[in-house]
Amino acid sequence: MPGAPVVSVEAVSKEFRLPHEQINTLKERALHPFRRPSSDRLHALEDVSFAVEQGEFFGIVGRNGSGKSTLLKCLAGIYRVDRGAIRMRGRLSTFIELGVGFNPDLAARDNVLINGIMLGLTPKEALRRFEQIIAFAELEEFVDLKLKNYSSGMQVRLAFSVMSQVDADILLVDEVLAVGDAAFQQKCFEVFQRMKEQGKTILFVTHDMSAVSRFCDRAVLLERGRVELIGAPDTVGARYLQRNFAHGAGDTGALHPDEPERVGDGSGEIVDAWFEVDGVRADVLPQGAECTVSVRVRAHETLVEPAIAFLLENDRRDPLWAVSNEDGDAPAGTLAPGEETVFSVTFATVFGPGRVYLTPWMVHAGGLPIADRRPRLAAAVVTAVHRSGGLVDLPNAMRCERGVRTEA
Amino acid sequence: MSAHPEMGPPIAGPSALGGSPRRFAHLALTLAATEFKLRFFGSALGYLWQLVRPLMLFGVLFVVFTEFIKLGERVTFYPVVLLANIVLFTFFQEGTGAVGSMVDRESLVRKIHFPRMAIPVSVVLTAGFNLALNLVVVAIFATASGVRPHWSWLQAPLIIALLAAFVCGLAMLLSALYVRFRDVKPIWDVVLQVLFYATPVIYAVEAIGVSAAIQHALMMNPLAALLEQFRHAVIDPAAPSAAEAAGGAVRLLVPGAILVATVAVGFRVFNREAPRIAEQL
Repeated sequence: MPGAPVVSVEAVSKEFRLPHEQINTLKERALHPFRRPSSDRLHALEDVSFAVEQGEFFGIVGRNGSGKSTLLKCLAGIYRVDRGAIRMRGRLSTFIELGVGFNPDLAARDNVLINGIMLGLTPKEALRRFEQIIAFAELEEFVDLKLKNYSSGMQVRLAFSVMSQVDADILLVDEVLAVGDAAFQQKCFEVFQRMKEQGKTILFVTHDMSAVSRFCDRAVLLERGRVELIGAPDTVGARYLQRNFAHGAGDTGALHPDEPERVGDGSGEIVDAWFEVDGVRADVLPQGAECTVSVRVRAHETLVEPAIAFLLENDRRDPLWAVSNEDGDAPAGTLAPGEETVFSVTFATVFGPGRVYLTPWMVHAGGLPIADRRPRLAAAVVTAVHRSGGLVDLPNAMRCERGVRTEA
Repeated sequence: MSAHPEMGPPIAGPSALGGSPRRFAHLALTLAATEFKLRFFGSALGYLWQLVRPLMLFGVLFVVFTEFIKLGERVTFYPVVLLANIVLFTFFQEGTGAVGSMVDRESLVRKIHFPRMAIPVSVVLTAGFNLALNLVVVAIFATASGVRPHWSWLQAPLIIALLAAFVCGLAMLLSALYVRFRDVKPIWDVVLQVLFYATPVIYAVEAIGVSAAIQHALMMNPLAALLEQFRHAVIDPAAPSAAEAAGGAVRLLVPGAILVATVAVGFRVFNREAPRIAEQL
């Protein structure tokens, strides 16, 4: 019955005290009985509220230190919340780490039982499911082998198999899926998908936005312990990427110290170049959004119909796109000495996610000589929820026509 | 956000015992059995090694105190008393070895939700399995030495239960304190050493020729009272009972009170610390 919340997080706050000076021994306590070490308070979670409905695949995303792991541990009952409440309906199982309680000196048989019991099965249930678990992990031949003789891949398979056999109504999953190869990850998500179809609710903590957009129905974005956004995975993913690259993407200062590459005869100068989104300078370009690149040039001599070219490259210096004012209908006219002019070109961002560099050129009419060329004068990061792997992600329309027979 | 009436009460976070006594029992038993199994099958000779330690200690002490110092001359069944005392003291030592257990099991504590007390209790249980096996050896040795079964053997389970409760109390107290104060472990090691000699393990309290006052004072130690009563009830009915050695049954109220207080304080301290142990590790 969709629509009924099974997890309700109500104004949860969690604080950690970070003492400046740790008192770790009774001796120190005895020597300084009245010293109360000063401490900083770290607000790991502040007033976090959301509800998850039955059968939802719910993502919890955020940058490092945003509080998502703390939230997971509060949900799991490992940390106690300071204020607020977390309510749940149904049996909960937590997967913060694969193979909790695994002991390398014991055989797979014992480890499966221990791990199952740790995850909430009774010893009887764990025994009953043992065959299934081993079969799912495809490790029938190695049941009596000590775990330390397993390859790491086999260990992960075993641990995951136990996890998939634990019947909980609500699953808390940390980024355990980051381990293992692509095929294994696929298998994991298939299991989650199956669980979801059985009406189970999954809360998934990650910073892999492609996983969020592929699997989650909804997601919450945490930023500095607060809820920044709850919504569709793509919306949350886009905001996350924007947040993530907002710091440090614009440090282009470090990117163009290689001025020797600057070429020009000094007749004119490129003063500045930048990216713009929605009319303001930006160093994050959401994929699909309209974006503008601009250069400001100053003439030192009279320049007749100079050409202004924009070259966009990715961080492997593959040229992505080049365009000049001669291609468009924006003739420069004659620039008087000392006169500054801004040239802009606006386009839809179709580039794949990653860094984009702008190299502006100013060239005399006819193509040569170069008045000024400043390699990678500006940089920005394209953010995208999907990563196709190509240099560009073009808007497209896919079709499939069935039943068409080719004539011999 | 309004609370949904059909939802359960707020989840309580970590605690010492958790909501389900069954889960607590399953976890403590599983952890204890695993640990025991590891020790048992850890080497080719397995259990034999488990036995060798108390037996070696027994052998050395036996030679020293019968051949050189003659401490056991006036004690009936001295070898049996010595072995039984060593076995019981070994249980005490292993059980209170839970002092570092919360820290050692950090990976569990920080990764899953479970009743925290399962960890120190599991250590006491492992020590208990060991005690059970060692007591079989003691029984064989006692029978071979001429100790005859007696009705007072029925006291043994009660004595061992009291000892186990005492050990549990200490295990809870020490393991909870160790999370915050890392010198608890070396301090406890020293205390154990003192206790080994302050408790009538290698000697019989009435046979060492100390004044009655000192003898009575020694019996204020719960461990001493329990060992003395075990000796009286199981090995040698002619030996003084705990009450006799302490100078009257009333005086046994002191070790009794210490035992009860240890369990109560241990439980309270652990209970108070349990919700925050995961954060403090």
